[in-house]
Amino acid sequence: MKENNKTYWNGFEQLTNDPEFVKKAEREFPEELPTNGASEGGSSRRDFLKVMGFSLAAASLAACEAPVRKAIPYVNKPVDINPSVPNYYASTFASGGDYASIVVKTREGRPIKIEGNKLSAITQGGVSAVVEASVLSLYDKQRLTGPMVDGQQSDWPTVDSEVVFRLRNAGNVRVVTNTLISPSTESALQEFAGSFGAEVVTYDPVSNYGIIKAGGALPSYRFDKADVIVSFGADFLGTWISPIEFAKQYSKGRKISKENPNMSRHFHFESNMSLTGANADYRTPIKASQNGLAVLALYNLLARRGGAAAVNAAAVEIPHLEKAAEELWANRGRSIVVAGSNDPNVQVVINAINDLLGNSGETVDFSKPAYFRKGNDEQMNQFVTDLNAGRVGGVVFFNCNPVYDHARGAEIAEGIEKAGVSISTNETLNETASLVQIVAPDHHYLESWNDFNPKAGEYSLSQPTITPLFNTRQAQESFLAWSGNNTSYYDYLQTSWSNGLFSGQNEIGNFQEFWDRALYNGVFTSENAGSASVSGTGNVSGAASEIGRTYSADNANVELVIYQKVGIGNGYHSNNPWLQEMPDPITKVTWDNYLTVSQNWAAENNFKMSEGNTKMGRITVGNKTYTLPVVVQPGQAVGTVGLAVGYGRTKAGRVADGIGINAYELVDLSRGYNNFEITEGVTLELVNDNYKLPQTQTANTYMGRQFVVQEATLGEYREDASAGRYKPQVYAEGEFVKPSKISLWKGHKYSQHHWGLAIDMNSCIGCGACTVACQVENNVAVVGKQEVLNRREMAWIRIDRYYSSEAGADSYQDLERAAANPEVVFQPMMCQHCNNAPCETVCPVVATTHSSEGLNQMTYNRCIGTRYCANNCPYKVRRFNWFKYHDNKDFAAVNVAQNSDLGKMVLNPDVTVRSRGVMEKCTMCVQRIQAGKLSAKRENRKIEDGEINVACAVACPTDALVFGDMNDPNSKVSQVLKIEESIEAVKEVNEERAYHVLEEINVSPNVWYFTKIRNKDKNEA
Amino acid sequence: MSIKRSLLSVPLRLSNLALVFFLFVGVQAFAADPSVPDSDEAITAGRSLFNANCKACHRLDSKSVGPALRGVTERRDLEWTKQFILNSQALIQAGDQTAVALFKEYNNTVMPAHNFLSDDDLMNLLAYVEYGDTADTSAAAGAEGVDGEVATGGVPSEYLTIILGVLVLVLLLILVVLGLIVSVLSKYLEKQPLEEDDREFISQKTDWKGVFKSDAFILIFTTLILAFVVKTALDGLYSVGVQQGYAPKQPIAYSHELHAGQYEIPCQYCHTGVEIGRSANIPSANICMNCHTHIQNVDGQDGMSPEIAKIYAAIENDQPIEWVRVHNLPDLAYFDHSQHVKVGGIECQTCHGPIEEMEVVSQHSSLTMGWCIDCHRQTEIVTAGNEYYDKLVQLHSDTKESLRVKDIGGLECAKCHY
Repeated sequence: MKENNKTYWNGFEQLTNDPEFVKKAEREFPEELPTNGASEGGSSRRDFLKVMGFSLAAASLAACEAPVRKAIPYVNKPVDINPSVPNYYASTFASGGDYASIVVKTREGRPIKIEGNKLSAITQGGVSAVVEASVLSLYDKQRLTGPMVDGQQSDWPTVDSEVVFRLRNAGNVRVVTNTLISPSTESALQEFAGSFGAEVVTYDPVSNYGIIKAGGALPSYRFDKADVIVSFGADFLGTWISPIEFAKQYSKGRKISKENPNMSRHFHFESNMSLTGANADYRTPIKASQNGLAVLALYNLLARRGGAAAVNAAAVEIPHLEKAAEELWANRGRSIVVAGSNDPNVQVVINAINDLLGNSGETVDFSKPAYFRKGNDEQMNQFVTDLNAGRVGGVVFFNCNPVYDHARGAEIAEGIEKAGVSISTNETLNETASLVQIVAPDHHYLESWNDFNPKAGEYSLSQPTITPLFNTRQAQESFLAWSGNNTSYYDYLQTSWSNGLFSGQNEIGNFQEFWDRALYNGVFTSENAGSASVSGTGNVSGAASEIGRTYSADNANVELVIYQKVGIGNGYHSNNPWLQEMPDPITKVTWDNYLTVSQNWAAENNFKMSEGNTKMGRITVGNKTYTLPVVVQPGQAVGTVGLAVGYGRTKAGRVADGIGINAYELVDLSRGYNNFEITEGVTLELVNDNYKLPQTQTANTYMGRQFVVQEATLGEYREDASAGRYKPQVYAEGEFVKPSKISLWKGHKYSQHHWGLAIDMNSCIGCGACTVACQVENNVAVVGKQEVLNRREMAWIRIDRYYSSEAGADSYQDLERAAANPEVVFQPMMCQHCNNAPCETVCPVVATTHSSEGLNQMTYNRCIGTRYCANNCPYKVRRFNWFKYHDNKDFAAVNVAQNSDLGKMVLNPDVTVRSRGVMEKCTMCVQRIQAGKLSAKRENRKIEDGEINVACAVACPTDALVFGDMNDPNSKVSQVLKIEESIEAVKEVNEERAYHVLEEINVSPNVWYFTKIRNKDKNEA
Repeated sequence: MSIKRSLLSVPLRLSNLALVFFLFVGVQAFAADPSVPDSDEAITAGRSLFNANCKACHRLDSKSVGPALRGVTERRDLEWTKQFILNSQALIQAGDQTAVALFKEYNNTVMPAHNFLSDDDLMNLLAYVEYGDTADTSAAAGAEGVDGEVATGGVPSEYLTIILGVLVLVLLLILVVLGLIVSVLSKYLEKQPLEEDDREFISQKTDWKGVFKSDAFILIFTTLILAFVVKTALDGLYSVGVQQGYAPKQPIAYSHELHAGQYEIPCQYCHTGVEIGRSANIPSANICMNCHTHIQNVDGQDGMSPEIAKIYAAIENDQPIEWVRVHNLPDLAYFDHSQHVKVGGIECQTCHGPIEEMEVVSQHSSLTMGWCIDCHRQTEIVTAGNEYYDKLVQLHSDTKESLRVKDIGGLECAKCHY
């Protein structure tokens, strides 16, 4: 094996071998034991006796009479619905411009799970954590149960007459909305606008107005066609525009095999460590104030090569920029340059760069515009000014929440009163809806009909998957009713499809057939989309001089970079506990909002963060001051500080209210666009208040076993396919052999199936969609902030994030160097389903056993909670139920899916809800395996590969996880692992990149990992 | 055991018998319409069509809701018969004399239209009606359905009880005989001149008080009591949650004995889920109404039966009928009907008992885990014709033992608990 002198660490405490950390790491369980204490509730001998007495009484009572249970059939059973048999409907998730084509799984008419729609040309079967979690928002107690007029419950006829009456005389009506990508909604809105003379104002909380202003439209990006990717702060895998689509494309360029040893090379320049930056081959931290200059410098480097005129730009020293330029030039037409900045001037230069490189029309396609973002910052700004000046007579907020998510939210809140009429269609009484006169609540998207046109030529439909739970009405229908059109929105939708898309095609002659097929597929692609005549080019020298004015190469001030978290996004879905408890992919913090600072800043302030123990920081921007916990973030550009939006909600609901601060208030509007990079007037100081962050990592360390992550560079891989592999050997009977050659175990034989999972660490981008998918599928409890602090989170699959740097760090200087810009690797970790499982041998009651299909089974009703298994698990993937998380008022606020009748509708009826005192862990979705086997048996056939798939692998937008039957030589998992056919438990795997984590202990897992290959010239951090 | 077997056990009503006699004496001697096929395939295809569409109201050889059907092509014109099956109401409304007469004869009961049947289907159906399931074949079919009773091996338990009883009886007899001998002997000895010591020995009374107070007695006695108490407690604990024999009162006095037994409506007609999913499905009211729109009372009585009226009320008020669940598995156990019925080919009665004889449904089996596991140990897998098992059968072919559920993981925890 090649010498690997990198140090892997997952937090500073491990890197520095902090004594406190070492002490805890050596303990049996990292979490605190619940001993007597006021906060824990505690229990005494007296309590014990009480409980004893009660249990005896309960047992004798139970013996007397079993409860009468009812079986209540339908009065009139719908033909397609059979109890216990799931139905699937193609639909569409859209929230503002965030888009995914989905398939909704329903049971007895209740949506319980969302998966990606493989037929979609855009998202191609991928989903994100937000999309997965959105099913829970359907069952949110916070949703309005009916319309409201002047703060009183009302009914729809009253609402309709009131709206029409009040708006008729209001004058100067505005409709405020986030991006709409639904053509029928837009035309319904136009009808409304027409009948009241209203103007539609579109804005996006996190806007991409800069791109639209610079190029006239949002182009289609094709990361899959790019061999060299350069991004200036565009987090395109996590939060930028259409991350699911881009992740899918990106992963195509990152898959590597002996037959095709090529992958894209990714340069990333950013201030905060983003998900995308963490995946880059060459990541360079730059200050936000250098952003524009870096883009200009790249332009000049390329212009020199292309013989175009250079523009004036201040010199700026950016590592890797020259190299990026060189490689871009070498891959003209097969490269892509993007920038996350909302500054139109920067985007003009970006477009010019792509023009220079011949990427326009190839990887950046303005002729097929995307409609994911339509927000107009200037128009919105003008609207707020008008509103406050009393120039707006009536305002309608269409599913948007500008009081919360606009920089001038406070002014809007004041201005709403000045408008004569104010109406909202929000589903909940959020910050905006709680201030208006009339609330006409919309259906949840899973209760609605709608159509979408996310990109030129690409259409999709959404259909109701449940009867509306409350007395709500689809907002489009409200708009139609108010404008005097009494058709239902469904008919309206069909009419518009019949007149538009149906007549524009000649494949199917019958509209009903055309409609049914589109509805069944969920998507429709129109052949004759017509190409837009947007060139995307602008005035580069003009933009360059503007950039020269606003950016500087040597800004000494602290700079604030406001960003979105992968889970929380723009905050619209923040009342969802699944998203709150999902650890941030980079910081691994749950349930909290914080400032990310550089190690350099921490050292200056003589501050060290250890195991979530941190201090508060006070940030002042202009005249606004906030105090927040501080997270020392490796890779954070020196002199910058990051802060996420999506927090500081006040009227979102029990889950999200009161967490963090509202960073939208800090967004700068002075330049004519929403500027998320505040480079002036920011001060940051350390406050001496201690704080503990609910952080999930550092809790689970591998105790210095460094060969958990195995990696190599592309060059090494091309020479030797097993580069970077750690091949441990043990000494037995006079020779060194593979650990699997000797065993105390007799070994299993799997005669029918042998389920296995192969995880490609090269494809995994760490987005966390799998973790939420698992939570939904397997009824995993949410435990809340305090229990995460106690290290009792229940996630069955976690994504371990490791930083790596050249060498260990003993002094602050070393630490700074190591943390300046480390490499990052993500490793999904779940039960490894070991063939020689250490947990199985130590269970005193045989509650965890091995199946004849290679699964490690956990039997909850047999478990007595000794936790020996968790103690003996080398991967630390077992989770203990310290409490009864369901039907427990202490957890009702966070574990909403298991604590109210409404929330419980989302539970998967095929999976037990665990109770207190039992251990649980990944089952490899045994309920899906059983269901898949059964349907094959019922149909007298063999199982087809891909028919059974685990929830995490289905959700994965990059296809990093491959699940299947390793006994089937034709299955995808057998093929990627190059398995020799046998029924032995220990299979001969011929793929050089495949390895077991901790192979030396020979627990023989059924989960395989593929080495991470970085497209770097040499092995350097 | 198959439901068909019960055909023989169901007593035909006297009136029906008379009718059958009246209508069909000598019918077999005539030939049916010659164009009706009599091939086995046609009869088999016809049987499944009949079971699916006709059986709820018709019998081959006896009058039910509708008339007995055998010989119909003899009695009526073939084309007319087809028309009637496809859409009888159309014929009646067109004023066809025969059709109107029939309609009146059967209390204006509407026969649903079957216009989805093709001409081939109709001919197959008629083939079955004319030639299918004569008395001997149905008996044979019934006999076929008998699957092996599960033998536990060794001496059957009832023999053991008899042997034990006899033994106890013999021992008691010996005790009585011995007592008699002792009393006879002591009476004899009392009359004999004896020494003082011996006389004292003979006349001495047993010191029962001493016996009761002896350590040995107390030890044995307490052990026995303790053993009894422990045994009772354990039995009691084991039976916690076991509801064998549970027969709650249902909101509607629905009789399986009448529907499944007497009228032989197949279980799947109402329990539509058994072959497709986990739940067997309690029928929704609209399924009841398939028949009960026509049948509103039992035994041809006038008016509507109060029990049937409850179905009408449910539909009118849109209020589902709240049946009491008889078979309750604990939530931690996953049971799938289709696995057992469709894949395993298990008869409903294997677990639910002679449901077609139950006026009120009661829980026949214990539904304990031991009961499940016992069956999984013994039940052989139906592998024939199921490609899914091909590989297993091949691997298993070297052993002499047949392939049982336990051999493919049927005893593993995560087959039912997840």
